[in-house]
This record gives sequence, structure tokens and C-alpha cells, in this order.
Amino acid sequence: MRRLIKADALREILLPLGRMAIFVLGAGALLSVVMVVLSLLFRGSGADKLLQTTQGVNIFTYTMANLPQVLIDGVTLGFVYAAIALGYTMVYGVLEFINFAHSEIFALGAFAGVEFLIILDQTGVLKTAGGMSPYLYLVLALIVSMAASGGTAVFIERVAYRPLRNAPRLVPLISAIGVSFALQDIIRLTESLTTGQFYRVIPTFGNFDDRIPLFSIPTGGAPIRVDIQVKSLVVIAAAMFMLVGLNYIVNATRIGKAIRSVAQDRNTAAIMGIGVNGIISFTFLLGGSLGGAAGVLYALKFTRIDPFVGFMPGMKAFTAAVLGGIGNLTGALLGGIVLGMLESFAGAYLGTFTMGNFGSEYKDILAFLILIIVIIFRPSGLLGEQVSQKA
Amino acid sequence: MSLLELKEIHSYYGNIHALKGVSLTVEEGEIVTLIGANGAGKTTTLRSISGLLHPKSGKVLFNGKDVTHLEAHLIHKEGIGMVPEGRGIFPRLTVLENLEMGAYLVKDKAEIQRGVDRAFSLFPRLKERSSQKGGTLSGGEQQMLATARGLMSNPKILLMDEPSMGLAPVLVDQIFDVIKELNSKGTTILLVEQNALMALSIAHRAYVLQTGSIVLSGTAKEVSQDESVRKAYLGI
Repeated sequence: MRRLIKADALREILLPLGRMAIFVLGAGALLSVVMVVLSLLFRGSGADKLLQTTQGVNIFTYTMANLPQVLIDGVTLGFVYAAIALGYTMVYGVLEFINFAHSEIFALGAFAGVEFLIILDQTGVLKTAGGMSPYLYLVLALIVSMAASGGTAVFIERVAYRPLRNAPRLVPLISAIGVSFALQDIIRLTESLTTGQFYRVIPTFGNFDDRIPLFSIPTGGAPIRVDIQVKSLVVIAAAMFMLVGLNYIVNATRIGKAIRSVAQDRNTAAIMGIGVNGIISFTFLLGGSLGGAAGVLYALKFTRIDPFVGFMPGMKAFTAAVLGGIGNLTGALLGGIVLGMLESFAGAYLGTFTMGNFGSEYKDILAFLILIIVIIFRPSGLLGEQVSQKA
Repeated sequence: MSLLELKEIHSYYGNIHALKGVSLTVEEGEIVTLIGANGAGKTTTLRSISGLLHPKSGKVLFNGKDVTHLEAHLIHKEGIGMVPEGRGIFPRLTVLENLEMGAYLVKDKAEIQRGVDRAFSLFPRLKERSSQKGGTLSGGEQQMLATARGLMSNPKILLMDEPSMGLAPVLVDQIFDVIKELNSKGTTILLVEQNALMALSIAHRAYVLQTGSIVLSGTAKEVSQDESVRKAYLGI
């Protein structure tokens, strides 16, 4: 029996890793094929000619040359979205309620982590940090942000959602939107009072900006070098670690089973001796800390943050959660990766293929178009059978 | 001192006055049954004991302790187990996980294992299905699982809500045999049933509930010989 339990635990680690690999490879391969076909169809078009005159390559070569980098960026973004999406989906799982303040929990985490690093930077330790110590500081920043965001999420649930537990479903939703604005302005106020500015920039330290060359593609002219930024690797690794950890907690531990019990039948869970309020708080703690950590990873990748930084990633992650099937953890992972990939592809190719008429700044349309399509045609999401069973 | 005592319980669903002063006692080692028609307040009585519904007035005493206003999970901790209405199986947990949740407050791993072993020996069918999701079980299997899960915490009293509901007669017999067996091994049972005939056949004492009030009580034999009960519930 004991050996069986160990095998179970190992399975709960390997299974999500396998799923991640399948989702990344699947989404990447599918979108790559679509792009290659599109680029072949666009041969001889205006976009093709424009590229040949400005950059001296045809559209097929251009597409292929950019593909590896687009895929890498897509995976990075996808894991960040997945980490945020899990916060939405976990809370939905236990309360059937969308915590719209989660995007600000994410922003708060970004600020907590970045401020922590700025303080470290001011003491001078970051500049001289070498070897593995930058990673240690990053882990510390992640822990600080997880504590801040997790704690805030628990607090918000206690004061703004719990009193409305038995109210009509729209009421806590409105409360969440209110909390979202309140948090945004609290961050803004705090920042402008203490630093005199709204936005913050993560200090440069360690070798996170270095690029690791992966391979190069020989072409007619100069070979195309494909590389990956160290920080992208760090973001992917950290997000994977957290997602596997969360999956383990939810599926293989006693408290994780209690979370699932509360999600499936709150009353029965209570009469089994499960403290429902405690479990709901713990769910907010888990989702909140994951969102906070995602905030730091986002700041590491995109360097500049402001109090409104949570809005777009939050909405995208919400879309990802709906796309995968809200309430379903694996679905959030799938939705996040698909959406990250899609955004990366759209950002890279949309402008070129439309000769700048429909630039990459319109990539967000795609994400929200997906949201609408999913809600109309498959409200339970890609993996969402489980939700319909509950409704 | 009775193991469980309800004193003048009044419970409401919103404005609906569902229990109008219910008093009853359950002594240690007894099977007590609560019978009555649909909507009489049988399930409400159990919910009022288990903390899923808090009575507006009146007292629930368990082992002499006032548990009226405790939260449900703390009432469970006092030693009150429950097989809820509609079985309450967690549909996406496996059979084994459902059992483990029944023993949520049991810290000792060996004791949980003993509980699982006992559940599987009571209901061998559950063992065959141990890694299957609860939602995929048949109604009878779910009832077995709900009963076995209710026992996982070794409760002093087990509240059972309509264990015969929706089951084939042969399964009803089996469940009632198990109830008798559990009782003979020392578990006190408060049984809510629409199948009054069955319930009275295994119970020591009985209460008859009608629109939120107890209208008759006595030994199971007395109650089953009462003219009005025979007419209304036993169909004789």
C-alpha cells in the first residue's frame, strides 16, 4: 500500500509535465502548420513583394525564419497566462464565481516583488551578485510576492466575498469589480506617495538578459540565429515548477482532496468534518500566490510595470481559463498555452501579412474573439465536461 | 443522559416554518427511526442536528453538550456521522478518495486503512470499484459508498437520510442488514425513512413526524400497531 501511494505521487508529478509537453508541442505544431500554409498562400501577394523590397526575403522565408523565436515567446507568455488562469479557475471551482480582482492580485504581486528587488538594488547587493545568487534573490522576490498576493487574496475573500456567499450570483461579481478598482488605486496611491511615480522598472541584475544561442538556420544570406533569453527560460522553468506543485497539492494531498470535495459538494464536505471556510481561504491563498508569482515573472520578462499592468494579462488569463473550461485545472494550463502561443503568432505575423494595415497591436482582438466564440459555441470550454456536470 | 437530545427545535427555510418544536431523544446503542410523509420535516430535522441548518430556537444536545450553533464540521468532530439525503457522493473523486474524505479528521493512517478495509468487507463491491469515480457508480453502489463513508470517522451516532431511496428491493434488504449489523456492533443510528415498514422492522423506537411536528412516538412495535400509522404509512 505504501509503495502504491509513492507511485501515485510520482504520477501526479509526471502527468502534468506530460500534459504541458503535449499542449506546448500540439499548439506550437498546429499554429506553425497554419502559418506555413498561410505563407505559401501569400506568395506573390502585396505583402510578399513588400517584404522582398524592404528586407530582401520572400514571405515564406520570413515566416520560417521567425518561427522558432515566435514559438519560444509564445511558450513563455503561455506559462505566465496559465499561472494566472489557475487563480481564476480554482476560485471558480470552489465558489462558482469569477474573482475579477485576480488581475490586481497579479499586479500587486508584481509590485511587491519589484519593490523588494529595488530595495535590494539600493543596498547594492544586486549589482555585485554573481554566480547563482541572482537566482536566490529572484526566488526571494517570488516568495515575497506570493506572500503579499496570497495574503491579500485571503483578506479580500474574507471581507468582500464571504459576507455575500449566499447573495445572488451577480452580487459578489460586482463586489469583485469594486475590489479590483480599489486595489488598482491603492497600488497607484502607494506608489505615487512613496516614489512619486506610477510605474516601476525591475532592476537589471544577474544574467537574465543574456541570450543563449540555440541553433542557427543556414539561409542563402546570413544564417538566422535562434536564441532564448535566460529570463524566458527562468519564467518557463519557474511557472512549470509552480504548476506541477499546484497540481500535486490539489490531486495528491489531503487538503487538495478537501478542496475538490468542497468544489463538488460543499454541504457534504462540511458534514465530513471539512472546514469549508478554511478550505476556501486556502484556495484563495493558492490562487493568489500563484498570481503574485506570475506578476514577478511578467515583470522580469517585460521589465516595466504600472498599477494597471494586471488588466490585460488578467483578461487574457480569464479568457484562457474559459477556453480551457473554467473550473478545470488542466483546462487552464491548456488555455493559457494556446492563448500565449496565439498571441505570439499574431504579434509577429499580423502586421507583415496585412502590410501594416492590421498591425500587431490588434493581436488582442484575437484573444477576445476567442472568448466570445467559446462562450457562444462551447461554454464548457475545450476540456470542460466537468463543469456542465456540476451546473 | 441521552446520547442525542433535541429540545423544542424550530427551524426555518427563509419564511417557511419547517420544524415546529421537534423534541426527540436517542439513547446510546439504539436504532431510532423518524418516519413521515414527504415534506414532513425529516430531512430538515437531520440538517438541524448536523449543523447544515441552524435552528432559530431550541437546543440540540449531544452527549450533554449544546451543539446547536456549532458549524457543521465541528459538529461532525463531536462524533456525529451522516449519510446525507441523495447520498452526497463526490462525483469526481474516486471511491477510495470518497472514503478518505469520510475520515478527513482521522489523523492515524493505520486507522484510516482499517476503516477502508472494513468498508470493503461490508461492501465487497466497493473494493472492485475503488479507483472508479464516485459519479460513475450505480445508485445502489453510491448508497453503499455513502454508508461506508459515513462510518469512516467511527461516529458515535450515524444519521441516515433515506438509505432506501431509489434502490431495488434486494439492495434495500442488503442496506438494512448492514444497518442492523452496525448497530449490533455498537453504532447508534438515527434513521430517516419513507419506507416506514422497513424502518420499523429494525428500529427500537420510532417518531412520527407530520408537517413539522412529532405526532406520535414510542417503541417501534407500538408505533407500527398504531391505527393511524398503519393507515397512513404502512398501507395496511
